[in-house]
Amino acid sequence: MLAVLGLPLAGGALLALWGHEKWAPELNSMVSFCTFIATTLLAWKVLVSGPMVVLSEQFFIDSFNVFLVVLTAFVAFTTTLFSRPYMRNEALLSALSNYQLRLYHSMYQIFCFTMLLALTTNNLGILWVAMEGATLATVLLVSLYRTRASLEAAWKYFILCGVGIAQALFGTILIYFASEKVLGAGGTALLWTHLDAAKGALEPTVLSIAFVFLLVGYGTKVGLVPLHSWLPDAHAEGPTPVSAVLSGLLLNVALYAVVRCKILVEGALHNRFADDLMIGFGLITVLTAAFLLWRQKDIKRLFGYSSIEHMGLMTFAFGIGANFAGLLHMTVHSLTKSAIFFSVGHAVQHSGTQTMEAIRGLVRLPAIGWGLMLGALAILGMPPFGVFASEFLILTHAMQSHPWSTPVLLVALGVAFASIFGKVQSMVWGEGAGKELPHAQASLPILLHLAMALLLGLYIPPYLARWYSEAARLIG
Amino acid sequence: MSLSSQFINLLASIMLLLAFAMLSQRRIRSLIRLFMVQGMTLAVSTAVIASTTNQNHLYYSALLTFSLKVVILPWILFRMIRQLNVEWDVETLINIPSTMLVGIFIVIVAFNLALPISHLAGTITRSTIGIAMACVLLSLLMMITRSKAISQVVGFLSMENGLFFAATSTTYGMPMVVELGVALDVLVGVLILGVFFFQIREKFESLDLRHLEKAEEE
Repeated sequence: MLAVLGLPLAGGALLALWGHEKWAPELNSMVSFCTFIATTLLAWKVLVSGPMVVLSEQFFIDSFNVFLVVLTAFVAFTTTLFSRPYMRNEALLSALSNYQLRLYHSMYQIFCFTMLLALTTNNLGILWVAMEGATLATVLLVSLYRTRASLEAAWKYFILCGVGIAQALFGTILIYFASEKVLGAGGTALLWTHLDAAKGALEPTVLSIAFVFLLVGYGTKVGLVPLHSWLPDAHAEGPTPVSAVLSGLLLNVALYAVVRCKILVEGALHNRFADDLMIGFGLITVLTAAFLLWRQKDIKRLFGYSSIEHMGLMTFAFGIGANFAGLLHMTVHSLTKSAIFFSVGHAVQHSGTQTMEAIRGLVRLPAIGWGLMLGALAILGMPPFGVFASEFLILTHAMQSHPWSTPVLLVALGVAFASIFGKVQSMVWGEGAGKELPHAQASLPILLHLAMALLLGLYIPPYLARWYSEAARLIG
Repeated sequence: MSLSSQFINLLASIMLLLAFAMLSQRRIRSLIRLFMVQGMTLAVSTAVIASTTNQNHLYYSALLTFSLKVVILPWILFRMIRQLNVEWDVETLINIPSTMLVGIFIVIVAFNLALPISHLAGTITRSTIGIAMACVLLSLLMMITRSKAISQVVGFLSMENGLFFAATSTTYGMPMVVELGVALDVLVGVLILGVFFFQIREKFESLDLRHLEKAEEE
């Protein structure tokens, strides 16, 4: 447990000192790899002995968060593998200074630390602190290149998420206010395990006001419409490994925070208030994002909007109670979207631009071209990839419980398909030439992620299925 | 109504007045001074609540507020504006009288929203919950209407003040771990912003955010 949090923190400190050295990318990967090993051991322990509470109840691991912990550490690790050649190329192409490289590597690990802290903490207040910490760690990464556009994106990101997260703090204060009546003042009244045990006795009016604030607050970080406008900018302007972890990890963790709060509110309210809010926000998000996809010209922006669409879909899934499908979708989206960003990163370096019309002929770099093509097919929900399975489950569940929403979802998915597929196709097969990259691209993480997404589409191993069902039951 | 709770109500109304004053203040230097006074008021009210209710941990919280919001943050901000040389008047996006009118409307909304909560609160400070909420929303309004990066940050910080005030007045403060964490986040946030200001200035030769190209809303 300590290793899970301690490793990235120590890594952040080390890389702050030596992040510009030649071997820094390897050190970065090493730290993330060790973190990943530590999380798998942790997951093993939880699998064997059930949920646990450690360090005087400050940390809490159950099947819901442990699977996200492993996923987070895994994607963080493979992203460092991708970032090795990518950042070496960038250092040459964009002339990054030593200071910028140190900042990048150090903040990357700090970001992983805040993500893992947010996932494992038992204290709703610390959850808030960690989420805010994640914003602060990534804000300087978004503005790493110091171009006008990147500074603007980072400022927008900071202000919007800062305001959003302040609303979440207010929501947290309200929850504390309600729980203090039941659990008494002091440390335990914000501990999730205690709140969960006493959730039936919490004051419903206060909790419903609190949930609105929390949903708006953490929802800003999830990228729910209408609070999404920071997301495409931040994805487009930062270095690509950062886009990959923003999409693959940060959005998931923010959604995790929303779902954790939803469990409490649901227990106190005994009605579908929280569900309905999530369904509403989810549907609006899916629809808006799908139609905005059509107009995109920048490749990273395109996939940023695609992330918004998928986060909307997950929010919707948790709203209608399709928890199993929602969790599966979280996993496969993380894997597929980061694989796409890995290919996009090299594609952009290869052709020297982010404008899709100027990117052509990617198939000449087979791993990149095919990676992007297959990744796009996977994210669009083509069988046999995992996204197909989870979207299929969400749709069938929606058909049973909220039949009116199915056509809306199908239209959105269709529009998203038409917009992304056409664009990706011409980028991969079109005629055009790019330049040679000074460092060979990283194909392994792309293939690994796509293979896992494929595997999850064909066959979910029984222990994983048991795990998902257990977590889905917890969410209720 | 006891003397101390009257005193707390007085401080709460000062908080609200200060929020309005910040909304109408056009000079950045005075804006930061107002922010200092607001932090001071917050610290004093926290200390008063601590002494009347014997909640000892609130003394630490008051001390934390004082050192962070009256000493450290204004010092950083003053240093920043000296180095960046941005002392001129702030131009608002909406003119000040109409901002004030919107502000009054916001206060009414906030009081209505806070009504069910303050009915439930058992603290001696429950009548101030509406004011705390109003302060949060007024700071939000300030962030929206200002175009200078520094005044947006002051708005952000004063929103944090409002939130702390809400926390002390509804619940006698959050657990200490959380308060420390929040304080750390605020401090780091301002330091990062400092770096950020210099980067913006380097690129745009101004801290006026309207100089940033309009984001492609595509």
